[in-house]
Amino acid sequence: MNLTLRIWRQAGPDVRGRMVAYQVTGVSPDMSFLEVLDMLNERLTLEGADPVAFDHDCREGICGACGVVVNGVPHGPQKATTTCQLHMRHFRDGDTIDVEPWRARAFPVVKDLVVDRGALDRVIQAGGYVSAPTGSAPDAHALPVPKADADAAFEAATCIGCGACVAACPNGSAMLFTAAKVTHLGLLPQGQPERQSRVLDMVAAQDEAGFGGCTNTGECTAVCPKGIPLETIGQLNRDYLQASRRPARSRS
Amino acid sequence: MHWTNRSSGPSVGAVVTASAVRSTVGQKMLMAVSGIVLVLFLVAHMAGNLKVFVGAESFDHYAHWLRTIGAPLLPDSGYLWIQRTVLTAALVAHVWAATSLALRARAARPVRYAHRRPVQGSYAARTMRWGGVIILLFAVFHVLDLTTGHLNPVGDRAHPYANVVADFAPERWYVTLFYTLAVLAVGLHLWHGVFSAVRTLGQRTAVGERRARLAASAVAVGLCAGYLSVPFAVMSGLVG
Repeated sequence: MNLTLRIWRQAGPDVRGRMVAYQVTGVSPDMSFLEVLDMLNERLTLEGADPVAFDHDCREGICGACGVVVNGVPHGPQKATTTCQLHMRHFRDGDTIDVEPWRARAFPVVKDLVVDRGALDRVIQAGGYVSAPTGSAPDAHALPVPKADADAAFEAATCIGCGACVAACPNGSAMLFTAAKVTHLGLLPQGQPERQSRVLDMVAAQDEAGFGGCTNTGECTAVCPKGIPLETIGQLNRDYLQASRRPARSRS
Repeated sequence: MHWTNRSSGPSVGAVVTASAVRSTVGQKMLMAVSGIVLVLFLVAHMAGNLKVFVGAESFDHYAHWLRTIGAPLLPDSGYLWIQRTVLTAALVAHVWAATSLALRARAARPVRYAHRRPVQGSYAARTMRWGGVIILLFAVFHVLDLTTGHLNPVGDRAHPYANVVADFAPERWYVTLFYTLAVLAVGLHLWHGVFSAVRTLGQRTAVGERRARLAASAVAVGLCAGYLSVPFAVMSGLVG
């Protein structure tokens, strides 16, 4: 396959960027999208040019490090698939593919396609944890959890924190990310003591980071590589409403 | 991703309820509640409008009765002014929160995508903001037309039925056109708005999602049909 990649090139955080077109030849349909970028970078390096910077780690679709906007869609055209698991057989020979970084004020561009997603870490730091000392793994049935709750909590826990929801949202909102964590911990017994402060503090941290508000358009869940459902946002809203009725529960 | 340890650990104490309305979630809740107040008014208003099909006397009698609700405890038009105050407060809250959130959303993505494709959002969801502006402009026109009578060809406050018939006369087709577009805009606004409000107020199950969609569709279609029936009945001579 021969492709034209139009890639966002930006030398540093405070430098103006632009889309640059590259011809890539000899692409195998079995390659992943990141392998095509690897191939391009190999060539750029040999030519003495600056290779395209992009984030990646496990390349198994489970770490959340990779992620670029492919033809206007975060992680590309395949549903429930990270960029590293997106294969070139979903494109056609001769295609022109636009590759851009996540776009959000809270995700400043570091270089080319790499953005700083530290804002998501700060949302987690605000309350996305359980502070009880847990020791070693307890016996499986020492603490009973209803099957339905366990399933819903697990579904929410599959969030890999890649930030595609923010990239897709017309409001640049991180609500699906925050809601996934609030739902995950809020449904389990270990998450109960901090349930109210968690939702208040995580929403406050999210607002402070400069993310937009949720308008329930559903763009986030459509691109989420883990298919986190929108109902988690309803769960966050419910927890927020309950927590707001009682004063002095925030930890920040 | 990297971890930065800025905070020195959690501290208990701050009161957050005051800041709730400044958060994005709090503002959405304000929009949901004020929106529901406005929708309840729209339902009552539509029920009153449908009296036009009973006859001029019934319609005018209803309009006059609105001024005497609560008498003699309330003064003349007392109830109406209470309702107007509540509706204005709801409207101001709704528009304020919408503006605040829209500005925030705009600031949240300073650099636009070169290539952007709408993935899933419905037309209704994407047009909430400009649709809202159209509805607001229409509401101003509508009050000047059929409440105060300034823009009405008859403008007789004692006989609202005559005002309605004059307003939607075939030669004033542009008024009917504006009215129709505005009502359809309201329908679209509520099709997403009602569904969105229900989730904002804590709806969180898959079954609930389907019910909320159904309820939103019913409200949108019902209100559109009810409101549009009046001008089209006048235009076609069914009411005159």
